[in-house]
Amino acid sequence: MTEDVLLSIRNLHKSYESGNAILRGIDLDVKRGEVLVLLGPSGCGKSTLLRCINGLERIDGGSIRLDGELISGNPRELPKIRQKLGMVFQSYELFPHMTVLENITLAPIRVQRKGRAEAEREARELLLRVNLSEKEKAYPRMLSGGQKQRVAIVRALAMHPEMMLFDEVTAALDPEMVREVLDVMMELSERGMTMLIVTHELAFARAVADRILFMDQGNIAESGEPEAFFTAPKTERARDFLGNFLFSSKKKGRE
Amino acid sequence: MRASAIELFSLSSLLSLQNTGGRERGIGILFDGNNFERLMGGLFVTIRISLLSAALSLPLGILFGMLMTRRNPLTKALSRIYLDFIRIMPQLVLLFLVYFGTARAFALSLSGELSAVIVFVLWGTAELGDLVRGALVSIPRIQYESAAALGLTPLQTAFFIIIPQTVRRLIPLAINLVTRMVKTSSLVVLIGVVEVLKTGQQIIDANRFRYPTAALPIYGVIFLLYFLVCWPISLFAGCLEKRWRD
Repeated sequence: MTEDVLLSIRNLHKSYESGNAILRGIDLDVKRGEVLVLLGPSGCGKSTLLRCINGLERIDGGSIRLDGELISGNPRELPKIRQKLGMVFQSYELFPHMTVLENITLAPIRVQRKGRAEAEREARELLLRVNLSEKEKAYPRMLSGGQKQRVAIVRALAMHPEMMLFDEVTAALDPEMVREVLDVMMELSERGMTMLIVTHELAFARAVADRILFMDQGNIAESGEPEAFFTAPKTERARDFLGNFLFSSKKKGRE
Repeated sequence: MRASAIELFSLSSLLSLQNTGGRERGIGILFDGNNFERLMGGLFVTIRISLLSAALSLPLGILFGMLMTRRNPLTKALSRIYLDFIRIMPQLVLLFLVYFGTARAFALSLSGELSAVIVFVLWGTAELGDLVRGALVSIPRIQYESAAALGLTPLQTAFFIIIPQTVRRLIPLAINLVTRMVKTSSLVVLIGVVEVLKTGQQIIDANRFRYPTAALPIYGVIFLLYFLVCWPISLFAGCLEKRWRD
């Protein structure tokens, strides 16, 4: 069933200039329609892996294939490849000098050469899906964090990507705004979008993921079904990691 | 020009109501002979020096600003020295240096106005360059990345994302620099350029006996002229700033 595999990574290596190896031989297959959540301590290479996939970081070894086509080590083709990979950043990165609608339609019009009317029609449909129809003429500075992040997701979706990459997209949000963003991602996964998600929202990860990847020190230490991972992690490191999120309650009473 | 003439006229009728004594007083001096035309001629010199300097500083400042964002330590050090030198030196010293200094050192006789333009361009390039540098580095790296992630080419990113944001941050500051140039151009009197302020002085001096109290109205009018030149520019800058606030 190899035709099912959308993204295929083999033996991916990445080091920073300082010589620190950040990814040490990652092997990963993502099937079409699959939702993968990457968990792991900070500095384990989760974000770097996402950034390598859409070419924001140069890789030092190995290969990345999308739809069977080699996409790594091919800087001239990057703009074309990136149209198939929607990326959402932690800090939203909307363009501050453009309205919401202009943010969303810029790439469809300029990169994919769509007509303005068609691009705007599609943008409005997407805005409706995330309940932001009335904000199309607003500038990013007028939106809340959660609204900005939903616009950023819509902006990526407007390119009709084959796969979405989410890099800690709720980490900068106030707690009460996290939910509205996660709901949008949940809906996307239900519609069959292929997704690779880096997050620290464990409850969300458990609910949305088809598979959890636990990364540690530049390797995928563990991979499995969410229920199995959260109830009975196989590795010591994963147990430690999950333990970080638990708190034992204060001693009750003073018997 | 016409609008300001009308304003001046109404001002003069206002002041003439208070005319007393034997000698003529007040703003009437403006309409004596060709005084008003002379003042306007002086204003034209002021505007010519400052706008020509601003126009030349614009491309040079943009180049200088881009140069300052380079990582090369030599360009960094040289541009830093240039910027600090220009900032530390009072403009008047620079004017003397160029006007008298070149005459001494290179036996070059530059006209006062040319010297003035050279100094203001040196100054404008330094100041504007620093503004350009600031605007460029203030755009976070990840803005480039998010544009790239959407499939925009580097050229498209520059054109649709980076340059519009840089210009929006830059234009209000650059316009304020122009008004500073207009004001600072009054220093060129001291190297013998007859601009609006000097013309005013000449008019006052030449009419000392007929209009002994001419100083106040003449300088008042000059104040008004500076104001009429700079105020719309400031308003425009403020307006852009408000519209482009992000």
